[in-house]
Amino acid sequence: MTYSFLQHYWCFIVALLGALLVFLLFVQGANSLAKSLGGTEEGRRLVYNSTGRKWEFTFTTLVTFGGAFFASFPLFYSTSFGGAYWLWMIILFTFVVQAVSYEFQNKLGNFLGPRVFQFGLTLNGILGPLLLGGAVATFFEGSNFIINKENFIDADSISNGQWSMAVISQWANDSHGLDALLNPWVVVFGLAVVFLAQVLGILYIINNVADEEIRSRGRKRLIGAAVPFVVLFVAYLVHLMLKDGFAYGEDGVIYMEPYKYFNNLIDMPNILVVLIMGIVLVLWGIASEVFAGKFSIFNFQCSMHEGIWPAGVGTVLTVLALLLCSAWNNTAYYPSTADLQSSLTLANSCASETTLRTMFYVSLLVPFVLAYIIYAWRAIDNKKLDKEELYSDHAY
Amino acid sequence: MNDLLLNIDESFVDWARAQFALTAIYHWLFVPLTLGLAVIMGICETRWYQTRDTFWRDTAMFWQRLFGINFAMGVATGIILEFEFGTNWSNYSWFVGDIFGAPLAIEGIVAFFMESTFVAVMYFGWKKVSPGFHLASTWLTGLGATISAWWILVANAWMQCPVGCEFNPDTMRNEMTSFLDVALSPFAVGKFCHTVISSWIIGAVFVAAVSCWYLWKKREERLAKESIKIAAWVGLFASLGAGATGHVAGQQVAQSQPMKLAAMEALYNGGTDQGLTAVALISPFSQPDYINEPSAPLKIEMPYFLSMMATNDFHGFVPGINDILNGYTTPEGKTEPSVDEKISRGRQAINALSAYRKAKKEGADEATLNDQLTILNKNMQYFGYGFMKDKHQAVPFIPVNFWAFRIMVGLGCIFILFFAVLLAVSYQYPKQLFAKYDIAALPAWHYIIAIILVPLAYIASESGWIVAELGRQPWTIQDMLPTWVGVSNIDSTSVAVTFFLFLFLFTLMLAVEINILLKQIKKGPERH
Repeated sequence: MTYSFLQHYWCFIVALLGALLVFLLFVQGANSLAKSLGGTEEGRRLVYNSTGRKWEFTFTTLVTFGGAFFASFPLFYSTSFGGAYWLWMIILFTFVVQAVSYEFQNKLGNFLGPRVFQFGLTLNGILGPLLLGGAVATFFEGSNFIINKENFIDADSISNGQWSMAVISQWANDSHGLDALLNPWVVVFGLAVVFLAQVLGILYIINNVADEEIRSRGRKRLIGAAVPFVVLFVAYLVHLMLKDGFAYGEDGVIYMEPYKYFNNLIDMPNILVVLIMGIVLVLWGIASEVFAGKFSIFNFQCSMHEGIWPAGVGTVLTVLALLLCSAWNNTAYYPSTADLQSSLTLANSCASETTLRTMFYVSLLVPFVLAYIIYAWRAIDNKKLDKEELYSDHAY
Repeated sequence: MNDLLLNIDESFVDWARAQFALTAIYHWLFVPLTLGLAVIMGICETRWYQTRDTFWRDTAMFWQRLFGINFAMGVATGIILEFEFGTNWSNYSWFVGDIFGAPLAIEGIVAFFMESTFVAVMYFGWKKVSPGFHLASTWLTGLGATISAWWILVANAWMQCPVGCEFNPDTMRNEMTSFLDVALSPFAVGKFCHTVISSWIIGAVFVAAVSCWYLWKKREERLAKESIKIAAWVGLFASLGAGATGHVAGQQVAQSQPMKLAAMEALYNGGTDQGLTAVALISPFSQPDYINEPSAPLKIEMPYFLSMMATNDFHGFVPGINDILNGYTTPEGKTEPSVDEKISRGRQAINALSAYRKAKKEGADEATLNDQLTILNKNMQYFGYGFMKDKHQAVPFIPVNFWAFRIMVGLGCIFILFFAVLLAVSYQYPKQLFAKYDIAALPAWHYIIAIILVPLAYIASESGWIVAELGRQPWTIQDMLPTWVGVSNIDSTSVAVTFFLFLFLFTLMLAVEINILLKQIKKGPERH
């Protein structure tokens, strides 16, 4: 295994984690629609209990995504988190609130009342996907940071108390990440992720909750989420294919290349196939629920309500393809709009070969982890959630 | 710089320190109960599996309900810490991330997924999976939490005693040379054992307190008695284990962090035949005058015990604060340079690094580059000192270390006594002494003592972490990176705002959690 292979391999693993995270944002999507999906308080509680059996997967994937990025590309971790402070802090605040909201909302002794925590779940349901999507969009649109490693060894300034001078990666303005939201394309992508999360959330609830009223409301809401998702996603995809991208040569010097991301897909046809497959599967998953019973082609599964699976797999494939497109094929995956040569590439931001090689062996455990997750998931979901379970079993 | 943070100045360094301290202290309110209660609820469910007595199933479900309420807070407060290394300590993240990042990533892959997967089966799977699978899930939830503790403590141990790495002047960072040295360092092993075992004390104290409350109120007698027995065994084993592992930890600190040990002991001037200080008149609020005072005032000590603890030799040499600052030679002839000399050599290392990088950029010949590298390598072990202006920056805040250590050890001794007595009373053994005591019919003040021990257990637990982390300062990585070089470039206002937001949010959530726990305890177990 060469150093370059390890860099690309870990880019793939991090991209896969990111893709799984976007799929698992169905928890957030469903929570943001809990009131309209649930209809009644009992229905709302069903929605929360359905996502409540899965919320920890999303949380854990987010944490592992951050940890894996730290281990494999530490300069990205220090630059993005240290620079885009407010963007990441807001994301984290919403997830902190989410973590306790399930357990606390209906418990005796919750003196804040259930509404406070339900609001927290709704807030996380919207802001989480929006800002995470926005953060991912900056991989293509760029961010406002400068890197200078020589700052670190200005010992005179440091010992005289000018600590800010010592920082290697610095944001080039005082907004600390919020400036990303001034780029309309970052907002477009963020909103696309919000609506995708809602699509996946509705499909998940339809699959997981055995309640015809909720399923019926879900099917109606599905079009309301799917249409804006498709419009926003297609708009962003077209923009991405037509925009200049951040490339680098063998000498590591970064330059702008016209149609860079389109060229990446042409240069990497496997990724293009994965992207197309992913998009088709997402659309199939949506259509299978919208048109179920109307066209026999969508009745290929044993029963209805299985649209979450093609849509989920499709989401993973699509996001994976996009993230690989942002980083493979000599592309600067975290570009700087303040100083082009500060942009991060796989080569200039990665961990050492020893660390990547060690982590490679650790990553061999991932199939086992996935296996027991799937086993446990199926065990818990072997019977769909219904109202009876709310009163007969441990429930939020 | 090494103040208690009572006088937080406007610099963002101290706000960053304050925020990390706040989030870490809050996180550590919930994690020990998760680790400790996991053992007890696992034992209860194992008894159910063995006996199929529904009492044990209901008891396990009761403790799991309380576990779940606390677990959510542990998760909520933990996510901030994972990302805070990046948000507030970006230089640190780059400088040591090649080594530090790996344990965090492994923690996520191996431990967090195990916890999050099987906790869902544990909560929701009673009627969906077989009793064997459910029992396995309960233990795997605890195992996941324990494995998580392993990896984060590997990372923290590395901060205290960095091993398995070398500095790369071309990439300007430390890089891992041996993963096994990092993952299995004696410091990591010792820290893991001490931290996890002391967490079991929290679980045991909690269960004992809840059970004693039930006995006081004449409720749930069987649950209380059986739970007390389990808690007493776990608690006694854990208290004794914490003492033993604490001794090992103390010796490791003596070898790798002598300044921390000196601060813990308020040992201004060391030497051979050093006594262990039981108590001294140290003001909690200001740094004592360690330069001019020969020793801490009104010191009561156990002769020779510090030398014994630190060196396994009653006559062993233990350096004091001034010895470390001014340099010393041990009786065996080992010389430690003064901090001023370390600062000078650290500056040489930094200047050599700067010259090397400049020369390389300008295309200098190999001989020139090697000259600079030689100077760098010769002085690299003092690199971090090069960022200091004054030798006294190397001294941590003595009063907090001194008193936190004593609080931890003092309470630890009380817990050993408490669990020994609890065990004896609950089994009424030895009969000659305890046959007359019925644990369900003791005077109320006995039960109240058990309840009062709950906050004291938390105070002891937090005190340990305060010693570990504040004692290490000014270093984020011992001898390698002081706090003021490890930060991100964020204005202090932003960090102050998030500090108070976290303070408000976590305090509010803590209040809700405590209220919910109390109501659930009052409600009692559900009979199925």
